[in-house]
Amino acid sequence: MAETPELVHPQVYASWETRGYWEGAGRGELVLQRCLSCGTVQHKPRGVCASCLSGDIEHFVASGRGTVYTFTVTHQNMVPPFAAACPYVMAYVQTEEGPRVLTHIVGCDPADVRIGMAVVADYQPQQRTDGEQFAVVRFRPAD
Amino acid sequence: MSLSGACAIAGVYEHPTRWAPDKTEFQIMAESAKGALDDAGLAIGDVDALFGASMTMGAMGIVELAEYLNLKPNYIDGTNIGGSSFVAHCTHAAAAIHAGLCDVALVLYGSTAASTAMAIGTGMGHGTRNAWESFQSPYGMTTVGSYAMVAQLHMEKYGTKPEQLAEIAVTMRRHAGLNPAAKMRAPITVDDVLSSRLISAPLHLLDCCIISDGGGAIVVTSMERARDLKKKPVQILGCGESVCHQEIGAPDLLTMGARQAGERAFAMAGVQRSDIDLAMVYDSFTITVLSTLENLGFCEVGEGGDFVSGGRIGLGGELPVNLDGGGLSNNHPGMRGIFLVIEATKQLRGECGDRQVKDAKLAVAHGTGGTLGVAHSGATLILGVD
Ligand SMILES: [Zn+2]
Repeated sequence: MAETPELVHPQVYASWETRGYWEGAGRGELVLQRCLSCGTVQHKPRGVCASCLSGDIEHFVASGRGTVYTFTVTHQNMVPPFAAACPYVMAYVQTEEGPRVLTHIVGCDPADVRIGMAVVADYQPQQRTDGEQFAVVRFRPAD
Repeated sequence: MSLSGACAIAGVYEHPTRWAPDKTEFQIMAESAKGALDDAGLAIGDVDALFGASMTMGAMGIVELAEYLNLKPNYIDGTNIGGSSFVAHCTHAAAAIHAGLCDVALVLYGSTAASTAMAIGTGMGHGTRNAWESFQSPYGMTTVGSYAMVAQLHMEKYGTKPEQLAEIAVTMRRHAGLNPAAKMRAPITVDDVLSSRLISAPLHLLDCCIISDGGGAIVVTSMERARDLKKKPVQILGCGESVCHQEIGAPDLLTMGARQAGERAFAMAGVQRSDIDLAMVYDSFTITVLSTLENLGFCEVGEGGDFVSGGRIGLGGELPVNLDGGGLSNNHPGMRGIFLVIEATKQLRGECGDRQVKDAKLAVAHGTGGTLGVAHSGATLILGVD
């Protein structure tokens, strides 16, 4: 099977609540949040803990390791730039720290992706004109 | 007095159009309103509560709709929770009528999704300036993709087969063949579904709903008033609503909003799953039907593949589902929840001709709105006749 053409992910927009995640990705880190009151680890990032509504939240660098929870090989998406990148693999990855993150699986033939396979985070830096150092987190098969 | 049985659906109308380049959303809603009011034996002057949602109505769309219809309602509700909105509107209408806030409620939907080439399944972009959506938009999340991830997980975990999902599409098409108004009526086979092209694996083209124009209307009033109207009243016996989402990053993709909403609706109605004569469930995709039937409690999670097999969900089967042909074959103008209630009502009145479920007394309608694998809403109604 031909290799999936490299997809340049669309630009993301960060609010003050989500900036820590995107800046972390820009450094090559998967950043999650932990509540200092109740210990809940959460994603997507928020200004409060979604378990206890405490505002006492810290960001931390997760391992970047996980397993494929589920996925779909996308054969049709009419929106650029995805249209040209089909077939590509959209997935939820179960991180070691708990949250499942929506992502793409890259670095292998879409036909080889399996539920449960071990993956590690992979970062695509964004080419931006606003000076932000953001990256989009994908995952690839663990070595 | 309990809400259960206090209110009834007194009139319904499914707009016959499936392609309406010459109409607007509001026009389809107005024509549908006339149809449902005629069906009930009421006039627009009797309406004192307005409910509606559509693919393009904005934040104050319901106010514009009241203006278009020249209505001055005492009660308005433009709740938009996706395709399930109209099922929820019936619940909200019943609650408001029961509370004495209004008397005759009109629930409306209209859409030109097909003729305006609205990209619903695989064409909707995301707001690039939205921080929350930025966790989806870089990945090209599609409606079908989110449901496909549910199907993939179901297959992996329970051995559910593509053939079993395909049988759902085949059954809906068979029902559409019995419905003269349906858009897609030519029979299909399991092989046709499996050999249609993959859209988002494991879902094929024929696992996906069609796109059409269309609309409809429902009139809700008190049981007391409904008894004196033209048609046999269809009682609202139970109702429930829910939102099901990622739960701080840990989505359980096999639990649907149908579980929470369904449990409440069945409890309120005081009926068992085995009492139900027919089910109208949102069928955006074949997996939606399988997962909804599991979550409504007709079988255990994981048993859906077997449950939908062997003709069980077809006319004449143990639990006939989507007798109009559903969104997979009858019509799917973007948000099809209103048709679930309309067809259930017609079935309970015994008006469905070739596709009529014999002696239907009790029906469940369940709408799902949004994307199953990300965040979605659920709304359930249990409807019955004496
Ligand atoms: Zn907390």
